[in-house]
Amino acid sequence: MKKFLLLSIAACGSLLNANAQTGNPYIHDPSTLVECDGKYYTFGTGGGGLISADGGWTWDSGAERPGGGAAPDAMKIGDRYLIAYGATGGGLGGSHSGRMLTMWNKTLDPKSPDFKFSEPVEVAGSVDGDDFDCIDPCLFLDPTTGRLWLTCGTYFGHIRLFELDPKTGKRVEGNKELDVAIDCEASALFYKDGWYYLLGTHGTCCDGVNSTYNIVCGRSKTVTGPYLDNVGRPMLQGGGKMVVKGGLRQVGAGHFGRTVVADGLEKMSFHWEADFERSGMSTLAIRPIVWKNGWPEAGKNVAEGVYDIESQRHGYSLELAVDFERLNVARRGGFGRRDPNQKIEPIANQALADVQGKWAAGEIGVRNGDFLARPHQQWKITPVDGVGGFLGQPYFKITINGTNRALAATADKEVTTVAEYTGAPEQLWQIDQLTDGTYRIMPKAIPGCSEKLCLISIADSTPTLGAFDFNSDNSKWQLNGIK
Amino acid sequence: MKKLFVGVLLALSCMSANAQEKYFLPAGTEAVSPDGEGFIRRWTVLEPISKTNRSNTVFVDSYLREVFAKEYFKNQMTILPKDGQKVKVTFDKQVEQPRPAGQPMDFRRMSMEPPKFEKATETLKWHKLDSKNYNFKLMRFGEHEIKRVYGVIYWAVTVINCDEDMNNVRLSVGSNSASQWWVNGEDVLLMSSDRRMVADDCMSRRINLKKGENVIRGAIINGPGMSDFCVRIVDENGKVIKSGYTIK
Repeated sequence: MKKFLLLSIAACGSLLNANAQTGNPYIHDPSTLVECDGKYYTFGTGGGGLISADGGWTWDSGAERPGGGAAPDAMKIGDRYLIAYGATGGGLGGSHSGRMLTMWNKTLDPKSPDFKFSEPVEVAGSVDGDDFDCIDPCLFLDPTTGRLWLTCGTYFGHIRLFELDPKTGKRVEGNKELDVAIDCEASALFYKDGWYYLLGTHGTCCDGVNSTYNIVCGRSKTVTGPYLDNVGRPMLQGGGKMVVKGGLRQVGAGHFGRTVVADGLEKMSFHWEADFERSGMSTLAIRPIVWKNGWPEAGKNVAEGVYDIESQRHGYSLELAVDFERLNVARRGGFGRRDPNQKIEPIANQALADVQGKWAAGEIGVRNGDFLARPHQQWKITPVDGVGGFLGQPYFKITINGTNRALAATADKEVTTVAEYTGAPEQLWQIDQLTDGTYRIMPKAIPGCSEKLCLISIADSTPTLGAFDFNSDNSKWQLNGIK
Repeated sequence: MKKLFVGVLLALSCMSANAQEKYFLPAGTEAVSPDGEGFIRRWTVLEPISKTNRSNTVFVDSYLREVFAKEYFKNQMTILPKDGQKVKVTFDKQVEQPRPAGQPMDFRRMSMEPPKFEKATETLKWHKLDSKNYNFKLMRFGEHEIKRVYGVIYWAVTVINCDEDMNNVRLSVGSNSASQWWVNGEDVLLMSSDRRMVADDCMSRRINLKKGENVIRGAIINGPGMSDFCVRIVDENGKVIKSGYTIK
């Protein structure tokens, strides 16, 4: 990132797009999401940042960070928050001298009496003439060693690795910086399953709807590299495997940050250089991380639609516990018999109107069964406005397609359907894609119960509510789009 | 020809007796524990009641609730049967359709015509058995006892004795074909459709078992094909419970 953008954007109306944040999520170069006292924070270029008080769906300005400069990063270490930012005034055609600064705060809440940043300390720098541009930091606390690392840099030369003291935030005395990548910017570093992953942003920044910004990564067995991409090309030679690229209505993905929500549930934050649904504004994006063959990629936020909700346990599909209504079509062509004069033509699927009148009027239970695309197996998933959400998505209602019959959690920790959706918290669902591509489905609330339980298959044919366990297929669902 | 017929009958009888020894033992007087995988192997089962069904595809929820709600014998939902106890059963007996002399069997016509029934009674006996397998082979049981294998309803009862109250447990059942299950008289599970026996296929909602005796009762219906079931008790998270109760 080389240009500083003015980010004080006039408020605009809430747009309910389940694939974008709501509120006023306008930011450039967002820092990794950090949770503080039940709220999420991210800081951007130029000072300030965004706060989400509803679990990560609605974002508005309000975060405060002094010092200006470009593309900060933030992380919690112990009971304090460490912020790193590049204090520089350069640009693509300007000076590339800069200073990297760190500072602490006990809280990120500007309204807290404890909100006070420590005096910034310089931990790295660049001068004109270096093949290095000291901005775009990333903080990384190595879970295997407890050592704190910082990467920074831009297309103007290398991405460099520095070691900091996790107690002070200062540079470790005697530490010598190391080049780990070239010709990228907005780096990020994290560890997973024996590998260190270095992410960087390629493409053109700061060109609005024409920005080609995209996020790539390489990996290494040691934090110091070498970082290679999936074809073995070093990131020091420009390598990198794509993690996020432009979409249909949003383009220019940059400034990756990773948030681990639970075992098997990870999110990535970044910005779109331009959101076509929002006048081309630079906007905060949150997507699930899906892992394929040891490489991260952007998963899918849930889109409104009609789905077969398939249990990963056995492969049966969630359905209403109603009578199976047979289609009145004679079996044909079985056992080798076929009338050569028989006309071959399509057969209509069973329609809701054919069966709905036979269903009970009140509560109807649910179970898992063989999928035949019958009306009692077709679930409409719809984002709900104004009820909050979670990281990257609003809450959803899950109804039988064509009806208001809604999936609901019950006070005895089971699951049922109610005849009419009312918007009650037990009828709202958090649906997250997991790192293996399956989905976790969790009610917003369970009546009289404070436990966080999700929809699980306790038996092949029996759904219920239970504790989420990423290592069990009982906890996982496939969403197979029907319409 | 007559000799051949008698020979076939004798052979079938021997096979059936062998089958019985292969699958079951008479239940002892001592209480037993569930097996190493938590399956309950001791059941008192009534000889199969005739219930003609040419296909198992009719076993939808409403059909099952209607069929299992019907009274076939006195105290059907409360009886704690003893081994050898007999009950008088009322059932719908299919009327044999006479075939015109000299005409071959017309299976196509037979499958198109609805069967006819008449009310009938018969005396059937309860058998208290320990299954040699984790599952209870109902078809082999019916085959041995009264040579009735298809188009049947089985009633099965077992009594478990809990050391302490067991709260938030589940009844886990696999059955071929459809079935319904009650614990201490409460309807806890209905397993509809043309179902195969799969361990942990269906589980009840969370239920509580009381300290002392608890009665598990099941009704299993089958048209053509194999019939069996397996039952165990699991905790609310599906973990098998292998101790803390015995089977009377």
